[in-house]
Amino acid sequence: MTEATSSPRGPQPLRVVIVDDHAMFRTGVRAEIEPVVTVVAEAEDVDSAVARIAETSPDVVLLDVHMPGGGGPEVLRRTTTRHPEVRFLALSVSDAAEDVIGVIRAGARGYVTKNISGTELLDAIDRVAAGDAVFSPRLAGFVLDAFAGHIEVAQVDSDLDRLTEREREVMRLIARGYAYKEVAKELFISIKTVETHVSSVLRKLQLSSRHELTRWANDRRLI
Amino acid sequence: MPTDPRRASRPADRRIVSGVSAGLADHLGVDALWVRLAFTIGAVLNGAGIVAYLLMWRFLPLAEPQRSPGLEAATRRGMRTSGPASVVEVVRAVAVLALGAGLGLAVQVSGRGIGWGLFVPLVVGGVGLGVIWRGLDDSRSGGVSRRGRLRTIARVVVGVALIVAAAVYLVTAERGWAALADIGAFLVVALVGVALILGPWIASLVGDLSAERRERVRSQERADVAAHLHDSVLQTLALLQKNAADPALVATLARRQERDLRSWLYGDEQATGDTVAAAVRAVAAEVETDHRVAVEVIAVGDAPLDDDRAAVVRAAREAMVNAAKHAHVDRIDVYAESADGGLEIFVRDRGVGFDPASVAEDRMGLRGSIVGRVERHGGTVDVRSAPGEGTEIRLALAPHRAATPQEDPR
Repeated sequence: MTEATSSPRGPQPLRVVIVDDHAMFRTGVRAEIEPVVTVVAEAEDVDSAVARIAETSPDVVLLDVHMPGGGGPEVLRRTTTRHPEVRFLALSVSDAAEDVIGVIRAGARGYVTKNISGTELLDAIDRVAAGDAVFSPRLAGFVLDAFAGHIEVAQVDSDLDRLTEREREVMRLIARGYAYKEVAKELFISIKTVETHVSSVLRKLQLSSRHELTRWANDRRLI
Repeated sequence: MPTDPRRASRPADRRIVSGVSAGLADHLGVDALWVRLAFTIGAVLNGAGIVAYLLMWRFLPLAEPQRSPGLEAATRRGMRTSGPASVVEVVRAVAVLALGAGLGLAVQVSGRGIGWGLFVPLVVGGVGLGVIWRGLDDSRSGGVSRRGRLRTIARVVVGVALIVAAAVYLVTAERGWAALADIGAFLVVALVGVALILGPWIASLVGDLSAERRERVRSQERADVAAHLHDSVLQTLALLQKNAADPALVATLARRQERDLRSWLYGDEQATGDTVAAAVRAVAAEVETDHRVAVEVIAVGDAPLDDDRAAVVRAAREAMVNAAKHAHVDRIDVYAESADGGLEIFVRDRGVGFDPASVAEDRMGLRGSIVGRVERHGGTVDVRSAPGEGTEIRLALAPHRAATPQEDPR
């Protein structure tokens, strides 16, 4: 997880938009990633984010979860249909599980916390730009919680509503702090296969319709 | 843990009309669709369903979702998308309602229902009542913006108009417009009398209510400011952590502060309560502070802390301390999963590692306080490590184990 950044990237640096309502944080992130990727715009609320994304059509948008105008999910709702090629990576300090899952369900391809290191963030941007999903240990934990046995098996009715055994194993290893590469080594599979599993979990997270998934976040404190 | 008797309530965030069906479905543990069907069928049977529904609307309390202050503030300031009832749910409710309307009309047409002269004004009046009650609910739960108040007034006007129209129709249909004048005069006199007797009392009640409402707005504003403040501190700490010149100390302090704020703002880590997740987080925080190393805890599921689990958590603490002391790393990953009564805790570092086979008897930490302790409580310990490869220690209690068979200490 620490080296990387040498992964397949085109000759041009990736074009990134930073959306966050804290100017200081935008500056900090910019300073950290700027030489390697190009920050084409910054935005501080939902409306300006939608406008900047439409103007610049970047490769990756770093998206805060909470911000004026409806938060990250609102930005996704208003841009994904018109700009399906833009990829979103949620970058947040909020650990509220329901909001993290909410922004993923709205279409973000990953979630990392704001104290991520610069190299890890660049790695995550690369991964999202390549169409893969970025699951931090925390997100993997949320996902396991949401899909785990805290919901009666009888109500799990479609394939979308459960993880395969392999996907669960991959999620558990990520939650245990394994990088994709280490997961691959541990399970004797290729990194590509790990990415496939993670993308599949992302798809299930976004498409599963069971209402437990949305209510789980409220209920989980009652266990 | 003492628990209050479960009481049904109407969830304010998921209601479509009143929240009665959603609340009742939650209470009974069934899908709201069945509750709605039951009400609909009851409505066709002599209107019993309608009466039951209206009674519950009146007597089930409206329950606001309980959120942590940070989320409340973010919701009020429009910084997060909070979902109302899902579209699927609304469509299903409308379908059930259409089914009920169809059945009702069929009964009416077949001539077995009540007279049309009664049926139409009852429906219109019922809708009017619903509009007023919904307005009442919203004005009680929602914010107190100017627009909100206008909407409430508009709703009351519309509702009263509907009810009055229904009443007028009922009265005039039987005895013509002359009856309306008689009853109208009687009503006006009665209302004037009631107003004279109860007027002052009602006025003071309204005054109290608006004073209380102003106070609530003020306290909400204060809460929002506090949330914003803390939120900014959180941001600064995240930066501080990344750019610290004196890495170990500053990062440790920053993390500690950050954890406090985080749990206060988002209620993610409930420090109170004797549960596995809380205990693991607590020991991780201790190790973090004592040994100046970041301990990242991911907890999946949760369970009450019994003797066995407490022992495993203590052993996990030893494993964290070992990693902090010997692995030469600045970060330890801890993963705790509670499921089906079992417990698994992984403590992992990417440090120097060691050869588990060659652990000398003098490494009492691993042997005594980790392996021994867990095994006495019916659990297992796996150590995976190799020089240069980091270390991962897995502490596990099997699911569905017998109730605490206390073995003799070996």
